[in-house]
Amino acid sequence: MINGLNRRRVLRGMLNGSAVTVGLPLLNVFLNGNGTALADGRAMPVRFGTWFWGLGMTKSIFVPKKVGANWEITEEMESLKGVQKHINVLTNFTAFRDTYENLCHYTGWIIGRTGIAPSNQTDKPGETLDVTVANQIGRTTRFKTLTATATGDVRSTFSYENANSPNAPEFSPMAFYTRLFGPDFQDPNAKTFTPNPNIMVRKSALSGVMDEVKELNAKLGADDKARLDQYFTGLRHLERQFEQQLTKPEPIASCVAPKALKEDPKLGGEAAQIAERHRLMTDLMVMAVACDQTRVFNMSYSNSSSNTTKAGYEKPHHTCTHEERVDDALGYQPTASWFTRRSMESWAYFVDAFTKVKEGDGTLLDNVLIYANSDHGYARVHSLDGMAMFTAGRAGGKIKTGLHIDGAGTAGTRLGLTCMRTMGLDLPSWGTKSNNTSKDVSEILV
Amino acid sequence: MRLFTKASGNLKQALCASTVGLATAFALASCSGPGAETRIAAPAAKAGKVTAEPEGEASPRRLRLMTQEQYLNTLAYVFGPDIKPETHFAPVQRTDGLLANGTAKAGVTDSQLELYQKTAALVAGMVVKPERRDFLIMCKPADEKAADKACAGKFLSDIGRLLYRQPMKPAKVAELVEQASASADKLKDFYAGLAVAIEAMLVSPNVLYIAETSEPDPKRPGHQRLDAYSLASRLSFFLWNAAPDDAMLKAAETGEILTDKGKAKIVNMMLASPRLETGMRAFFDDMFAFDDFNNLAKDPMVYPSFTGVTTGDAREQTLRTVIDQLITKNRDYRDLYTSRETFMSPSLAALYRLPSTRTWTPYEFPADSPRAGLLTQISFLAVHSHPGRSSPTLRGKALREVLLCQPVPRPPANVDFSIVNNPNSSYKTQRDRVVAHRSNPVCAGCHKITDPMGLALENFDGAGRYRDNEKGNPIDASGSLDGKDFKDAVGLGQALHDHPALTSCLVKRVYAYGTGGPAKSDETLKWVNTRFAEQGYRLPDLLRTITLSQAFADVSDDAPAQAPVKSASADAPAANTSK
Repeated sequence: MINGLNRRRVLRGMLNGSAVTVGLPLLNVFLNGNGTALADGRAMPVRFGTWFWGLGMTKSIFVPKKVGANWEITEEMESLKGVQKHINVLTNFTAFRDTYENLCHYTGWIIGRTGIAPSNQTDKPGETLDVTVANQIGRTTRFKTLTATATGDVRSTFSYENANSPNAPEFSPMAFYTRLFGPDFQDPNAKTFTPNPNIMVRKSALSGVMDEVKELNAKLGADDKARLDQYFTGLRHLERQFEQQLTKPEPIASCVAPKALKEDPKLGGEAAQIAERHRLMTDLMVMAVACDQTRVFNMSYSNSSSNTTKAGYEKPHHTCTHEERVDDALGYQPTASWFTRRSMESWAYFVDAFTKVKEGDGTLLDNVLIYANSDHGYARVHSLDGMAMFTAGRAGGKIKTGLHIDGAGTAGTRLGLTCMRTMGLDLPSWGTKSNNTSKDVSEILV
Repeated sequence: MRLFTKASGNLKQALCASTVGLATAFALASCSGPGAETRIAAPAAKAGKVTAEPEGEASPRRLRLMTQEQYLNTLAYVFGPDIKPETHFAPVQRTDGLLANGTAKAGVTDSQLELYQKTAALVAGMVVKPERRDFLIMCKPADEKAADKACAGKFLSDIGRLLYRQPMKPAKVAELVEQASASADKLKDFYAGLAVAIEAMLVSPNVLYIAETSEPDPKRPGHQRLDAYSLASRLSFFLWNAAPDDAMLKAAETGEILTDKGKAKIVNMMLASPRLETGMRAFFDDMFAFDDFNNLAKDPMVYPSFTGVTTGDAREQTLRTVIDQLITKNRDYRDLYTSRETFMSPSLAALYRLPSTRTWTPYEFPADSPRAGLLTQISFLAVHSHPGRSSPTLRGKALREVLLCQPVPRPPANVDFSIVNNPNSSYKTQRDRVVAHRSNPVCAGCHKITDPMGLALENFDGAGRYRDNEKGNPIDASGSLDGKDFKDAVGLGQALHDHPALTSCLVKRVYAYGTGGPAKSDETLKWVNTRFAEQGYRLPDLLRTITLSQAFADVSDDAPAQAPVKSASADAPAANTSK
């Protein structure tokens, strides 16, 4: 929560008690002189997010020739022109598989998210970096993390607490809306606040459940104890949620609950359907962040071996990357690139959506850091080198943007490490074996 | 007992048909127990020598996370079939071919627990609603605006026994009653207070996790067996996909379920119950990986008649066929792959190019039809295809992995696609394409174990519609399966019917599904498979063999077994499954 403010009270006074129905930007009176921190000196909360797209890109039409600032917009990144100043594009990084085989469409993203090469297709060798960050900064909000996918498939997630605990994504925009802004949503800008007595009694009932966890735990082996410990942690999370519901939230000027959705988009993996679902999910996610419902969020545009389709084209994206011939004149696979361009359009939408919310004297994006990666560099040959990643947002002034970074073949885990350190984690290094690194991507650090 | 003094005849009938827990617990013992509609006769004495079960097979005590379907089925039994909260539990990881195996490892994230709580609140609210409370809560509080410990205690103790799958400890009941009473006083509403206690029960780890416990087997010193309540739960979640009913809990309370005779009686009762259909639907839905249907969509430009309704109906058609053949008609499992009998719905009739039906109707494909068996149903054909075209490789891979338990190696990362990328090639049909692909020796190793049988289904497009040509070029649907040649999909079905791995794969999957994980060794599976063969490959007999085996109830402290991985071709390189 953005604590210590009571703009609502001030606004009421200013407006003589008349209704205020739209969110207003943080008034400068509550901020420091340059609008980058709260008036009492505390930094604006910085939030962390991830974004995923499948099947990488084509180097010749994706990677800018110019390194550093003012890089030229390339064919596959054409749609990023409007957000270029808000992002960094990082190319030529490597995911090292070491002694393990290259598990197609798996090894790459697992290394990017966990720092560890997987030994087989079901190996989730560690928690993903968003979980690490959430354990650091996500314990005070209503949701520790929020995860959503545009694919419509509940199995599309790139966030794991451990091998057996995926953070299942929201896949239905309507359900996501209800979870965020349904009956349990406490509008921080509501005029009145009355603690719900039902919540009070529910909260007290949880203590008996916690006792049951302890009792059951005593009967289990080590692996199952860990599962029960996780259950207990979840109960604590519920308890905190209840506590929050019993506490009047501080007003947040930028928080405006969106209108309820009337229906879900149709099931389907056609690119236009994915884009529409991505748009709906993004709008909800951005407002969830703006309303400080979570400080860690994950969005996936497609699966790793993306099965997005193009209307009237018989092969899904993944098959296309392997079977489409490289066009002699163009020098690349035209339809595979068409799919990549659709991914980039949605990435541009995602980034831009955070700029639409005013926060302080800037936008929400200024106080956000988003990490984006894919499963391969060049998907046609399942490459784990030449991989591209992005960041978006300035992380409260800690990250420079508008840069193209050439990783020179170094470990892509450098970016994950940089992000986690930026989010306040004291990590001497991250990753294992060849993916272990203690080296930031220093070029993007302020 | 207000439910049954007030319930109308129609309601009684409806409740009975759907089996309601409070019903069986308090009044209608015959609803789902012995005496209900009998579908499977108790076993007649079988001729022939019965070999002895191998010693030594035992499963670890498992902690299994209840699936969404098990949760909903249990609620329907305890509170009635109209308690159907809209919820979406997180999927578990498919392990060794089954989602069920993944439940023994699944954790619960904060988000998942939040969902459990929301669902629990919804259910509790439904149960105490004015229109239901008189049927479901068998006592009336002295004052609806205040606590009533006696009434709350009776109700919570009764439903607690069914939800916790064993009698409630008095201290726990007292704690819940105290909670309900304190809440009722605070909210000035007896039923709202009761709802708080129901909600707390429904987020209990003892309800959502199925924790198995064991005891020394008195007849076999040194051996551990599931205790009575754990055995009741293992049986019930296996055969009914729901928590044990009142009769089973009574058999556990008396210890009857631990005797050979008592266990046989319980198993026969369960096999005779209409609830077996629910249980076996869940099993086949899992084994056939029908969770893929949840996200199945076809390109509407290529397959305009394949709609969301079609998707649901295709799944339902196969499950109806399976239940009809294997349970209602008690047929040979292998015949599923050759039988022409099925069911047709209006939306499916359009895809099958048959006259429309008004509702689900039994249907038999004529003897000269190119369709026979599950492989030619739209479920198999459409799920294992691309959104805009068929895929001999995906179909062959599914046949190997799902039906024969033969994992197909994944494609190598450095697979060479130059042949299919060749601009000078002209592939008129999928056969031309995959044959060209198999000319590369690296690819051929695996494609030869998937494509020859997948190509036999090429008379069916990516939506499962029949075709005799592909873009004007005649389709050659000949193929082979492990040395057996055939000329079309009907021949493939017969070859699959005769394949020895077909039945051993089912045995392997059913055993793992029932016990929560793969068997430690092949010996018990071989023994079960032999019994299965002796009994004519009848599913109910297979279920009886497994549930009455020593291995089913024995537990060990060993680490969970890993299923041995036997590839379709152990020395073969990988298959590119994008074909």
